[in-house]
Amino acid sequence: MLEKADQIFVLLKDWVVGFLPTAWQGAAGVVLGVIGIISVFPALFAIAVLMERKGLGRMQNRLGPNRVGPFGILQPIADAIKSLTKEDIVPLNADAAVHFLAPVYLVVVAFMGFAVLPVGRNMVLVDMDASLLFYFAMGASTEVSIFMAGWSSRNKYSLLGAMRAVAQMISYEVPLLMSSVVIVMITGSLSLVKIVEAQNQYSWGLPHWYIFTPWGFAAFIMYAIAATAETNRSPFDLPEGESELVAGYFTEYSGFKFALFFLGEYLGMLSISGLGTTLFLGGWSAPLEILTWVPSWIWFFSKVMLSIVVLIWVRGTLPRLRQDQLMNFAWKFVLPMTLLNLMVVALWRFMGDGWPRWIVCSAILLLVYVAAGRLGMRRKHFGPRSYRYAE
Amino acid sequence: MGIAFWLIAAFTIAGALAAVMLRNLVHCALALTVAFAGLAGLFLQLDAQFAGFAQILVYIGAVAILVVFAILLTRSSETPKDGGVFSRTWFTGLAIAAGVFAFIGWALLESQAGLPHEAAVPIATVQMIGSALMGRYVLPLEIVALLLTAALIGAVIVARHEKEGTE
Amino acid sequence: MLGEGILKGLGETAKNFVGSFVSKERMTTVEYPEQRIPTVENARVFPFLVYDGSNWESGLRCVACQICEKECPPKCIYIEKSKDKKPDYVGKLQIYPARFDIDVSVCMSCQICVEVCPFEAIKMDTDFELSTDDRFGGLLYDREQLARSNEYYHEIHPAEAAEVDARLAVEKAKTEAKAKAAAEAAAARTAAAAKPEETAPATKPAESSPAPKPAGGGE
Repeated sequence: MLEKADQIFVLLKDWVVGFLPTAWQGAAGVVLGVIGIISVFPALFAIAVLMERKGLGRMQNRLGPNRVGPFGILQPIADAIKSLTKEDIVPLNADAAVHFLAPVYLVVVAFMGFAVLPVGRNMVLVDMDASLLFYFAMGASTEVSIFMAGWSSRNKYSLLGAMRAVAQMISYEVPLLMSSVVIVMITGSLSLVKIVEAQNQYSWGLPHWYIFTPWGFAAFIMYAIAATAETNRSPFDLPEGESELVAGYFTEYSGFKFALFFLGEYLGMLSISGLGTTLFLGGWSAPLEILTWVPSWIWFFSKVMLSIVVLIWVRGTLPRLRQDQLMNFAWKFVLPMTLLNLMVVALWRFMGDGWPRWIVCSAILLLVYVAAGRLGMRRKHFGPRSYRYAE
Repeated sequence: MGIAFWLIAAFTIAGALAAVMLRNLVHCALALTVAFAGLAGLFLQLDAQFAGFAQILVYIGAVAILVVFAILLTRSSETPKDGGVFSRTWFTGLAIAAGVFAFIGWALLESQAGLPHEAAVPIATVQMIGSALMGRYVLPLEIVALLLTAALIGAVIVARHEKEGTE
Repeated sequence: MLGEGILKGLGETAKNFVGSFVSKERMTTVEYPEQRIPTVENARVFPFLVYDGSNWESGLRCVACQICEKECPPKCIYIEKSKDKKPDYVGKLQIYPARFDIDVSVCMSCQICVEVCPFEAIKMDTDFELSTDDRFGGLLYDREQLARSNEYYHEIHPAEAAEVDARLAVEKAKTEAKAKAAAEAAAARTAAAAKPEETAPATKPAESSPAPKPAGGGE
């Protein structure tokens, strides 16, 4: 009975597909999976938007929206209706074709990332050998759409915002990949399904999630930083900083296209949280051995929503980083730490099973982190100011 | 060579043609991105998963961005040249391109990989690619790594020189 | 250690989040318009005219001296004097404003008209829900719209109104005492004038002795 609850969506799909002739069953199964993804993740997007507004409000000592529906639950519907009925303004000098295609491309690429996330036991849309690489390929393609949006608006602020956004995304792409390579090294496979299965084991009731290992914890922190920067979330949201660049690369978008950008950004957040849970938090596996009776997809979605809550929490807490501070942080701190993490993982594998490797690896990572932190936080000693006058 | 191949090939060729024939330079760069995507599709259609996704990740995610950055940071005007997209020496260019294509085609057909043996094609998993890179082809890997490091250092030096030049 | 500040900040926001459900001091938001924050003593929005008693026309304190009209910086007050007079709170006959218009869309709430008024006739109101859809005349308030009773003044500015009332009562008492002293002096003079003429008929001084009381008509 519990197994049925766990596999309920798979069984449902098989039952529906059983009505069709055998030749069409494979394609129909895939189509049903796609319909599932397209209906579930925008619903999660609506919930995430509501959580963000109410959560940020409470963190800032104010109520969030609470007029539409009880406690403001129907606010996303009101937002959707508003964005659909707004006038769609395209500037006269804008490149109409590229201006139209940019949000479409963003949403398409954002949805593609969900195809390889294992949402539950046996519940992944496409099970590929190189699914992690596919995911990163789709993530890298979003930069093209941001550039298209910024350039086609023929607006200096949009272009500046787009350049900054693309530079930021490229800088943080490398730490993102490097912190995931560590997982691949230990699991020995790029397939996300195998990564989750490798974490689905338990010792003394505790799971083998990679976040509970020293290198996994370090990699998770760096993945979280890089993921926040990839999706242009605070504190890395300079490209869309309202106080600096109006709205950055989507200044000239109104109405439904703006809603599509918004959707694309939150879908990116959801999918990168999904990948983070798959790689580090064990995907659909339960936190304790006694809790494995709960259906697997419930665990996956809870972990994803927990990651979203943490992202919102960080947004409400930290101030925005300046562009050069952002890039310095990526190239001078996060990237060397990821390389160090790679070497620590190699050491972990080399030392074999047992307790010494825990101590050695934790010690190395902690020492380097503290040393680098102290080095970076030393105050710069400025000399006396010198002025150069224009001759 | 099913219908998938013909569709993807048509897509790629359309993208490549648009990349050389469009008037607006950024449109050309975006059409080049479409051609890259078509190439990735061709790789995937041949079951080369790693090559296909690496193509998307590297070419579309980095090289296309590099191309548009280069266009944006060097050309300040968007107006196309008055003489159309064909330069005066277009025939010579076409002849050279045709010659190169013929040579590569001959080289491919003459080599062993040119003849498709459906049954003998092995499934190239990522693990096999990894083992090959680290085992048999480690020297080319290290040379490419050295090349990339040199390029990186060169870029840093060029940027530093510019900074010191203004001081 | 690097990252310590971030963790402390995250703790602070979490405290804010949890505290907003639990304690009143953390959540300072008020759900307007169902709940309102009570106004403070010094709150001010736009001016109004004070009247004593229950009839706004006869009790209006303003005597149309036009000082506030002259002192108003954006010149939003327009006053027309009346032709006749009516008695004020001490009973003295004064002119009153036939027209007293304030253009509330121009008024900048500087309170200068209140500060210069010698008769405590114009004070600041605290009502801010004044929006109207009549674009052309809706924000021009005339004499009747501006007149509010002294009880209303006590409601919105209790301390100030009490102080004003005390001052006016002192003034009134002084004028009454002066009038009584003047009446007694006049009575004493007529009594002294009547004594040497006691041979004259007694009805004449009896007619002239009750002098008209000046404090009669103001009540």
